[in-house]
Amino acid sequence: MPETLDLSIYVKRQDDGTAHLDLAVEGIDCAACIDEIEGGLCRLPGVVDARLNYTHHRLAVEWRERDLSPAAVVEELQRLGYRAHPFQSRLVEEEETRRAKWLLKCLAVAGFASMNIMLLAVSVWSGNVTDITPETRDFFHWLAALIALPAVAYAGQPFFQSAMGALRNRRTNMDVPIVIGILLALGMSVVETVNSAEHTYFDSVVMLLFFLLCGRYLDQAMRRKTRSVASNLASFRAEVAHRIEESGEVVLLPTAALKAGDRVLVRPGERIAVDGAVLSGSSEVDESLVTGETAHRAVKDGDQVYAGSMNYNGTLTVHVTAAGKGTLLDEVERLLENAAAAKSRYVQFADRVAKVYAPIVHTAAALTAIAWIASGSTVHDALITAISVLIITCPCALALAVPVVQVVASGALFRSGVFLNAGDAFERLAKVDTIVFDKTGTLTLPTMSVVNAGSVAPDLLKAASRLALSSHHPLAAAVAQLAGSRRPFEGVTEEPGQGVCAVVDGVEMRLGSPAFCRSEELAREMAAMDPTASVIAFSWGEERAVLMVRQALRPDAVAVLSALRGRGFDCRILSGDRPEAVAPIAATLGVEMWRGGCRPADKIEALEALKAEGRKVLMVGDGLNDAPALAAAHVSLSPISAADLTQAQADAVFLGDRLQPVQDTIEISRRAHHLMRQNLGIALVYNLIAVPLAFFGHVTPLVAALAMSGSSTLVTLNALRARGRAPAPAGEPASAQIDLVAQGA
Amino acid sequence: MEVLVYLVPIALLLGLTGLAAFMWSLKNGQYDDVQGAAVRVLSDDDLRK
Repeated sequence: MPETLDLSIYVKRQDDGTAHLDLAVEGIDCAACIDEIEGGLCRLPGVVDARLNYTHHRLAVEWRERDLSPAAVVEELQRLGYRAHPFQSRLVEEEETRRAKWLLKCLAVAGFASMNIMLLAVSVWSGNVTDITPETRDFFHWLAALIALPAVAYAGQPFFQSAMGALRNRRTNMDVPIVIGILLALGMSVVETVNSAEHTYFDSVVMLLFFLLCGRYLDQAMRRKTRSVASNLASFRAEVAHRIEESGEVVLLPTAALKAGDRVLVRPGERIAVDGAVLSGSSEVDESLVTGETAHRAVKDGDQVYAGSMNYNGTLTVHVTAAGKGTLLDEVERLLENAAAAKSRYVQFADRVAKVYAPIVHTAAALTAIAWIASGSTVHDALITAISVLIITCPCALALAVPVVQVVASGALFRSGVFLNAGDAFERLAKVDTIVFDKTGTLTLPTMSVVNAGSVAPDLLKAASRLALSSHHPLAAAVAQLAGSRRPFEGVTEEPGQGVCAVVDGVEMRLGSPAFCRSEELAREMAAMDPTASVIAFSWGEERAVLMVRQALRPDAVAVLSALRGRGFDCRILSGDRPEAVAPIAATLGVEMWRGGCRPADKIEALEALKAEGRKVLMVGDGLNDAPALAAAHVSLSPISAADLTQAQADAVFLGDRLQPVQDTIEISRRAHHLMRQNLGIALVYNLIAVPLAFFGHVTPLVAALAMSGSSTLVTLNALRARGRAPAPAGEPASAQIDLVAQGA
Repeated sequence: MEVLVYLVPIALLLGLTGLAAFMWSLKNGQYDDVQGAAVRVLSDDDLRK
């Protein structure tokens, strides 16, 4: 019977005696899972309701509190074959969901208004060339005004708010010219309606809003999808810890429930889940996820340990300290602050365009008015023409040009297993010419594996791996990965700090330190060949074997690095590990520029030096020690196994054991950036044709409607090319599920 | 052309009904799990008591 996890901090209690728990569920891949999970849970006594959200892989369970414990729900799911993790929706995500709903409402209102106004407008256009009476036309214009004014007041809010926000900070963005255009066109149309004139632009205004809201909503939906998958992954990784209560009792808790001052028990082979100081016990810890150093560090009473370190041989009692109190964390946080301050705020491409675009357009409109007055027409006609210049140049295509490409390209990235944290990362990724890799956990896999499995007799290896299943030691875990069956031997005893042994068919088997298995000589020989690997010995009767364990390179690291070099990227390694450990990796990968033993400050220094040479650096790293470097680099990537703080700094996070996503990310970003520029080119050509037309007063509402929808459609279709060819099926979570859904159906 | 005086408002009213129906379905959470809705329709035994 495994220990039960205390989930009470995640349970929401309701007034009617029911409790509510949100879970993120792993392993949902077909339609049948819905019935299996919901039906299975509803059979449990006390469960009131279970509802699975298939899109986000989240399960909401409600039960009567006195009948059931939350752990029973998780156990039942485990029995059904699904792993569930308590899930606490983050504030950001709830905010995004609310915003997406609001945008959808605005979109619906704009859609309704533009359909109905277009109905009226088309009647007026066809009436104008046939026999419409002025009374009917006025009636239609008034009706259009009646629909357009409240619709714009409601559906235009996202743009009004964003423009106001920008102006308040004394900046401009794309929304400022949009809002000016919308308000002027609306105002002019109302005045023209009052004057019972022939042309009004209500239809253009609401159609513009509708197109723009489509772009905004798609952008928001993509971001939300990425965020929901990312926070599911975060809850899958959420760690647990054994807390020692006042009474001396040990309870298993999610790390989120721990407070500073608690005491935590860490057994051999467990990952330390918190930052803290050792109260008692001594052990060796592997801090490769924290510092990149692969050699183990001995810790004893009073030493500082960091979350993410692996505890090797002894049991530790750790006193939890508040985050940021450790010496290393202090340094990392200080460097992070500096890096964030030094990074001059990158101005987004679209906003840079807007900065130039708005003054030009407004000058053009002013010039139009002046030219018309100078050539002897009335102020009224001059103003109408000037406003029609503003309407036709209202940057509909321009405002769609960048976001739609971003949406399509982040969809393509999502399919290759890359989640974007920052929307503007494409522009920065596309400019990269130098790639700096961290070694531990980035070029190598974060977990240990046996490197000399091929040179050991197969039956010995099989027995060793099966015996390893009974051990908690991290080195044994690497050996256990090779086991074909997951059935451990019976009657295995573990000697703490030595190894495990069992008697099988009258012959003794041992797995552990070379001394424990009486094979020191063989181990010395092996260690001489590869001094950086850890050794674990195995004896079976008289037979001996020594296994070399180390963090292996990612399976496609060599291929990806040579492909990147072939495409002209300068690849380098900056590692926190010892130079002796970095050298063989660099040699295997063919990387000439490498440095080992870098502290976080050294990495930043190296990046600054590259920046001074005018290079645009992509930093790929995973350790806590890489976080400042990721923030300081032009753009950054980190694997999903990275420390939390590090992931938060990275512009994108990639999934899986392969390094291919790094190459995909750069390629997709380059294509996206190319398309963004092409789209802006299309918008520019459109304006070069439309502005002279408007200047000479040829823009009727019909022309405006055709020109706007035409250019928007062209830009959107062009953006779809950012999808590119379908990527290789390996390691792509999203589309694999879709395939399975299709099969399941 | 007097027919327009009541035909156009009727057309608008129909449009507004559609808009109201959409708003209702949005508020009702019908767009929260779009993929789920697509596969749930194929399930036969969804009529739990």
